[in-house]
Amino acid sequence: MKDSRSLSNAAFALLAVLLLISGWQLIVSITDVPRYILPSPEAVLAALVRYSSLLWSHGLTTGLEVVLGFISGTLLGIATALTLAAWSPVRKLVLPLLLASQTIPIFAIAPILMLWLGYGLASKVVMATLIIYFPIASTCYDGLRQTPTAWTDLGQTLGASNAQQLFRIRFPAALPSLCSGLRMAATAAPIGAVIGEWVGSSHGLGYLMLQANGRMQTDLMFAALFILIVIAVLLYQGVDWLCRWLVPWQSLSEH
Amino acid sequence: MTSTPLGLTVEEASLAYQGTPLFENLSLTLSPSSWCCLLGRSGCGKSSLLRLIAGLDTSKGAKVRLSDHAGNALPAQAFAWMAQQDALFPWLSVIENLLLGDRLQGQSKSSARRAEAIALLETLNLADKAEARPYVLSGGQRQRVALARTLMRPSPIVLMDEPFSAVDAITRYDLHQLATSLLSDRTVLMVTHDPGEALHLSDRILVLSPSGRLAPFDCGGPPKALSLSQRADAEQELITLLGHQ
Repeated sequence: MKDSRSLSNAAFALLAVLLLISGWQLIVSITDVPRYILPSPEAVLAALVRYSSLLWSHGLTTGLEVVLGFISGTLLGIATALTLAAWSPVRKLVLPLLLASQTIPIFAIAPILMLWLGYGLASKVVMATLIIYFPIASTCYDGLRQTPTAWTDLGQTLGASNAQQLFRIRFPAALPSLCSGLRMAATAAPIGAVIGEWVGSSHGLGYLMLQANGRMQTDLMFAALFILIVIAVLLYQGVDWLCRWLVPWQSLSEH
Repeated sequence: MTSTPLGLTVEEASLAYQGTPLFENLSLTLSPSSWCCLLGRSGCGKSSLLRLIAGLDTSKGAKVRLSDHAGNALPAQAFAWMAQQDALFPWLSVIENLLLGDRLQGQSKSSARRAEAIALLETLNLADKAEARPYVLSGGQRQRVALARTLMRPSPIVLMDEPFSAVDAITRYDLHQLATSLLSDRTVLMVTHDPGEALHLSDRILVLSPSGRLAPFDCGGPPKALSLSQRADAEQELITLLGHQ
């Protein structure tokens, strides 16, 4: 039953994509809009084939930035949440700072990151890290704070130490909450990497889009955008799979 | 599995929330290997008293003095705890849930303890569920696993907070039979709101009133030894008593 349901879900997703492409083709056909404003789906497909090696090479760079940023942001976020949950003096000191730091638009500090870290991979990885750090830290911390009393009571009567309570009971109990943060992060990390590339880079899909824009190669821009969507969807699916594996009890109760 | 039977003496139990006392200077004594039920209306503080004894209430207004029935200090890990929700950890299998107490105490995995856990699951008719995760089990099965986990503790005293109130009547009846036989060598203090359950299981019944007074309910002997007709009368008497509080 579960298989047939996921099959029909996939069928609906495919149908939605087909409808979108048909609508797009319809607009192009009816309005006869110039191809440098809106290329037809066919032209974008042709660009995907023609520039495939170029797209592959730039896509790899962006993909690497996204994945590295995702991993480092996740580790940093989890470490922060655990620290906040474990030490109340740190919590009192750091929590207000952390909240205040969220009023700074990440995009606005991108130029500073370029200045400090250069035009290479590092500045983009840091951008992606920064953009997902807070959602991960806050969802994980929320989860750590909201352990059901029944579980902490039991841990206490079983003689668990504070560290055991944190790592063996509260952290696993926080996984469902952390997973919703991870899913959010999966969609936000590509944004961070591309913004980084727009501000200053010599490689990557964001760089390619800027170059194509300058040359009115709108079909190539759309092709690069398509690759970016593929990266984001793959990351999301990977994270979703990871979360189902980590928290099987939650995906079961959803059905 | 357990050490020698141990009774419990509770003295000067007081609990206050934000300066308002819920109860003050309560005391009770449980003789070794006896089953005592604590009854009372909702909100009278019976669960709070049990949590206080279990050491789960560390708030400022919580005070209690505990010793065994002879007045000696209680050993470490004197209490096993079982609550209304099964509180099984979904990230552990059934057998891992049973052995978690050992692991938290830093004991290495021993095949003897594992065999003990398997034997217990067999007694509870759950042998084929040892490797299953708790969330695939029914409510009654989960509560049986929770009972097994409680029994895996070497603690002489078992504190239970309405452990059988979240399951259906038939399952509750089964759990009563199992608990009575498996807990016979332990000292049990159980909170319940069900007079019938209390009469069926206990050697003694204590009633906590909303004004914070603890009084024994006298029915001329251990409640569980009463005949069916005597029990029906006693249940009526208890209901009347609780209804007037």
